[in-house]
Amino acid sequence: MLNVRRDICGYCGCCVSVCPEGALELIDAYLSVEKNCTSCGVCAKVCPLGALEVIDEK
Amino acid sequence: MKNKYDVLVIGGGPAGALAGKTAAEKGLSALIVEKRPAIGAPVRCAEGIGKEALHEFIDPDPRWISAEMTGAGIVAPDGFFMKLGSEMAGSKVGYVLDRKIFDRELVWKASEAGADIAVKSRAAAPVIENGAVRGAKIEYAGKTTEVRAGVIIAADGVESKFSKWCGIDTTVPVREIMSSVQYVMTDIDIDEHTTIFYLGNEVALEGYLWVFPKGKRSANVGIGISGRKSGEGHRAKDYLDRFMKRTFPDGKTIEYIPGGVSVCRPLDCTVADGLMITGDAARVVDPLTGGGIYNAMYTGRLAAEVAADCIEKGDCSKKALMKYDHEWRESKMGRSIERNYHIKEYLIKQPDTKLNDIIHSVSNINLKEFSTMNLIKEIIRANPKLVLELGALAASLR
Repeated sequence: MLNVRRDICGYCGCCVSVCPEGALELIDAYLSVEKNCTSCGVCAKVCPLGALEVIDEK
Repeated sequence: MKNKYDVLVIGGGPAGALAGKTAAEKGLSALIVEKRPAIGAPVRCAEGIGKEALHEFIDPDPRWISAEMTGAGIVAPDGFFMKLGSEMAGSKVGYVLDRKIFDRELVWKASEAGADIAVKSRAAAPVIENGAVRGAKIEYAGKTTEVRAGVIIAADGVESKFSKWCGIDTTVPVREIMSSVQYVMTDIDIDEHTTIFYLGNEVALEGYLWVFPKGKRSANVGIGISGRKSGEGHRAKDYLDRFMKRTFPDGKTIEYIPGGVSVCRPLDCTVADGLMITGDAARVVDPLTGGGIYNAMYTGRLAAEVAADCIEKGDCSKKALMKYDHEWRESKMGRSIERNYHIKEYLIKQPDTKLNDIIHSVSNINLKEFSTMNLIKEIIRANPKLVLELGALAASLR
């Protein structure tokens, strides 16, 4: 699953623009992750700060 | 906030403000909704704009101009400095704005023209009937209100969701998002009237690093790198921190600004039944420079002009609204985006050695008219071989 590290996130919306599922939304000062997130990790890659991480659920 | 408007604008940045202002000036009822609690903040911008470009919309005001630029410099990957000046000494070529105040001024002008403004109000879903966009569900302080409109103008920025909800693919390819970070620095030694661009794979992979003065000993220092080159340990922030340590070790950071800038082609189509898409949400940022303020204001204004026309004729179908799409694509802005897209694609493929050669060939330029276009023409003049490499593109640059 996708984990948002709120202590690092600068709520800029860079990740939202690349999400192929439209699963991310920037709601004022926090990032929301919808259920249709596939944990593809594209957002984690482009984040300028490193605030997103895909966590292995196993 | 009422339940029905002629025009509903989503987003209170430069695109939304110009859309709302223009609609109101045309005698339409208009509402601008902004999800943030304040217009203009947080800033996601390097704040640079050309003098002529700004003047097309508003007269400069010292309240929101941080610094006036008289020239620019490009630093090659090997450290060589190319100075760009204007032929007329002392003439201004551009401004670095204070977007917090500038955006507020633009929205104030929209409000003065008669538009309603709602802050901390988020468009949470579109209202779609028979395939046409008819309004939006607006969330404010725990309540949801349905606002209907003849035309909805999406001006919701790089993180745009509204058009996606309406079925339009707005996804930016990973390689074409500039993953960016900027610090507002003080106490640094800079030339307060010159913007500096640093190029090269060492400094900024497939992007550039900028120093845009904000006044005496202060500047926006930022970087954008291609999303495909970003990753753990080599993110935009890592690059910027490395540069700071080397170049401005004693500078102080007074603002920390992450962001994403799209450098892809604009959306294939920027209208749908009842919907128009403008500014960063339409992906009309200049792909070469990453500049978007002018393009946002231009598309915002044009969208409202076309909307007014369509509302008057009682036809806000996609077909009728297409006039907006055609017009901006054929405009100077639209053609410049297309051309600069090709130049960007060429430049990001060049190794540092090639960039060094190009920059060394034109160490000191005085441009009659200060623009990216004229700079490129000068570069081609000094490097005739580039004509072959640029292929078909070169013809449009002569």
